[in-house]
Amino acid sequence: MLRLQKLTKTYKTGDQALKAIDLEVPKGQVLALIGPSGAGKSTMIRCINRLVEPSSGGVLLDDTDLTRLGAGALRRARREMGMIFQEYALVERLTVMENVLSGRLGYVGFWRSFLRRYPQSDVDEAFRLLDRVGLLHMADKRADELSGGQRQRVGICRALIQNPKLLLVDEPTASLDPKTSRQIMRLITELCRERGLAAIINIHDVALAQMFVPRIVGLRFGEIVFDGLPTALTPEKLTEIYGEEDWEATIEAVEDDEDIEAAE
Amino acid sequence: MSHRELDDMLGTGWRKPHFVRNPVLRWGLIAGFVAYLIAAYMTIEVDWGRVYEGLDRGWQFVLAFTKPDFVSRAGDIWEGLLESIVMTVAASVVGILISIPIGLGAARNIAPLPVYVICRGIVAVSRALQEIIVAILLVAIFGFGPLAGFLTLSFATIGFLSKLLAEDIESMDKVQAEAIKASGAKWMQWINYGVQPQVMPRLVGLSMYRIDINFRESAILGLVGAGGIGATLNTAFDRYEYDTAAAILILIIGIVMTLEYLSGVIRARVQ
Amino acid sequence: MPVLEKEGTQVWRRRTRGEALWRWFGWLIGVAVFAVCWQQISASTTWFFVWDAPRIADDIWTRATPPRWEYITQLGRPIWDTLNIATLGTLIALFLAVPVAFLAARNTTPSTLFVRPIALLIIVSTRSINSLIWALLLIAIIGPGVFAGVIAIAIRSIGFCAKLLYEAIEEIDHGQVEAITATGASRWQVMAYGIVPQIMPAFAGVAVFRWDINIRESTVLGLVGAGGIGLQLSSSLNVLAWPQVSLILLVILGAVVISEWVSAKVRGAII
Repeated sequence: MLRLQKLTKTYKTGDQALKAIDLEVPKGQVLALIGPSGAGKSTMIRCINRLVEPSSGGVLLDDTDLTRLGAGALRRARREMGMIFQEYALVERLTVMENVLSGRLGYVGFWRSFLRRYPQSDVDEAFRLLDRVGLLHMADKRADELSGGQRQRVGICRALIQNPKLLLVDEPTASLDPKTSRQIMRLITELCRERGLAAIINIHDVALAQMFVPRIVGLRFGEIVFDGLPTALTPEKLTEIYGEEDWEATIEAVEDDEDIEAAE
Repeated sequence: MSHRELDDMLGTGWRKPHFVRNPVLRWGLIAGFVAYLIAAYMTIEVDWGRVYEGLDRGWQFVLAFTKPDFVSRAGDIWEGLLESIVMTVAASVVGILISIPIGLGAARNIAPLPVYVICRGIVAVSRALQEIIVAILLVAIFGFGPLAGFLTLSFATIGFLSKLLAEDIESMDKVQAEAIKASGAKWMQWINYGVQPQVMPRLVGLSMYRIDINFRESAILGLVGAGGIGATLNTAFDRYEYDTAAAILILIIGIVMTLEYLSGVIRARVQ
Repeated sequence: MPVLEKEGTQVWRRRTRGEALWRWFGWLIGVAVFAVCWQQISASTTWFFVWDAPRIADDIWTRATPPRWEYITQLGRPIWDTLNIATLGTLIALFLAVPVAFLAARNTTPSTLFVRPIALLIIVSTRSINSLIWALLLIAIIGPGVFAGVIAIAIRSIGFCAKLLYEAIEEIDHGQVEAITATGASRWQVMAYGIVPQIMPAFAGVAVFRWDINIRESTVLGLVGAGGIGLQLSSSLNVLAWPQVSLILLVILGAVVISEWVSAKVRGAII
């Protein structure tokens, strides 16, 4: 469904963030992108919906090459891709409901959105999503009154109300505590399963990725150095991605975590 | 439970909660504001015929900016400008020097109450009286000339700088100051080591900003006879010599821009 | 802060000798400049008047007290005009400042090379020139009256408001803008959802802050004929009616205090 072909990004400073990335994500597959800071994870996600303009290569979403689209067509294509951000990126001074409904901006005209007169179907869908993530009672609260976990849930609703085929998730748990991180990861993967969504989750917490995601791609210096099942991620492979370090503890911790999960 | 809530909400509309929740108050405020606007508009007498005539003159003035005349009244312009600069420099120096002790006195955390009240009083008076009104009174008392302007600007600088300095001292880091006090420092030493380093960068920044304001203000003091470029400018307008007026305005804008640039550079270096 | 070797013992000095020398040199130049400025002011001052100043001040004080209270009945209309000049001027200025601010902010300007410098030029030129000078100019163009005052205040305020606004726009959180862009929103929707909510508090603060300043400035616009209570001040001064002058000054002082109080209240309510 999504195919990256020789996707390359070179910044003006000359840094090559992505070196001819080839990657295919079938419909409904959730994929975790791991790698050290500066490996190009964030750049790759942003090149897909062109928040960052790729230098060369193609991004094929159902056979349309996103890199060739003009402004209007790009906006229509962006509706198909929901995005979830590290620092939640909610519009702090708007209410929860407005934040969720802002996911429909690509579908409604300017004046409708400006006067907050969304179609009833959109409003109903927003209510349903907020109920699904357990925040219906917060609908008219301002976003900056929410806790981190709650904000990220609103961010998830905003991405889902776009009715996307694909979720682009940029470090969803980086600003959250460990417990909330797991809840959020579980919520994202569950929702993807429910709706048959593909997702690329960019995450630095290897254990969390192994715990929830069936396919892991490792990125180093803008190149894919690992692509496989979570179980195939051995200490040698991690060394290849992150560099020399004692990885046994990390992997064991995952197993322990799974025990705790099972016990809960 | 929560699902019943959802079922109730589905199909119901959603409106953004209003900024003012109480509808009576909200509509009252809107109606009051509209009524005010109408009343205000009605009482302004605009002679549109005069305005229409004026458009032509306005256009000539805009054109004058393309060919400003620095030459024919070069002597007056130079004299006025020099006087403005002289007043600015002298008043800034004196104003800053005086506002430092007053600023210290107006900070509640380092000054005893009687001193605090007196200094705050000075600040309040200086801030409430505008430059031009002070200038009128001082011209009446000291006679025409730059001395009145110099005193006006010094006085205004005191109100501005002391207030901001005092606020800065009040919000400074207590721990640093306490550490110095704990070492057994005398009051002056305490100010020098515990307080001064903390507020110095901002004091420099504010002083630069005030010099900029003083120059801008010095350009109008001439209107009431307190010296500076204002008198020349006024004459130029009176005689409809737009090209000379344009030249003066360009000079003022240029000097203000230079001062802003310089103050930016100095502030960046201090911080 | 160097440690020097001197006769075998280590001596600590705050600055090296070169630095210290430069500092002294800088201070010397500063003092010299001030001395020259002071001499200039002194040269164009009639010191006879200055020595006579205490007597004149005393004389004015006895003439001005008590204020002519019954004159207040004639001040109703001028006060209303003053309020209108400030309020309408602020509204017009805000209306014009918003687009200028968006054109001037680095992250929203359509072109850094062509549009931004023009917007910045508008900001700096309207800001550097005092509202009294704008009034002078407008009176020459469209004739004296309240309308000239409104426009003068409006023009003067554009630069001020636009500068503070564009700084606020440049400081917004880019993540929120990016998130709205990622939903497929159009340029204007990104503006309405991603940028405007973030700068709303700054906008409200600037509006009230500037309104407060404009009340002060509009009280004196009448001195050059642009309407408001300054007209009465000017005519009273011309006939040396000191008891009226003192009453008008009291009214202006009251207006300044009230406007400051109102703006503090409103700002507190918004933020």
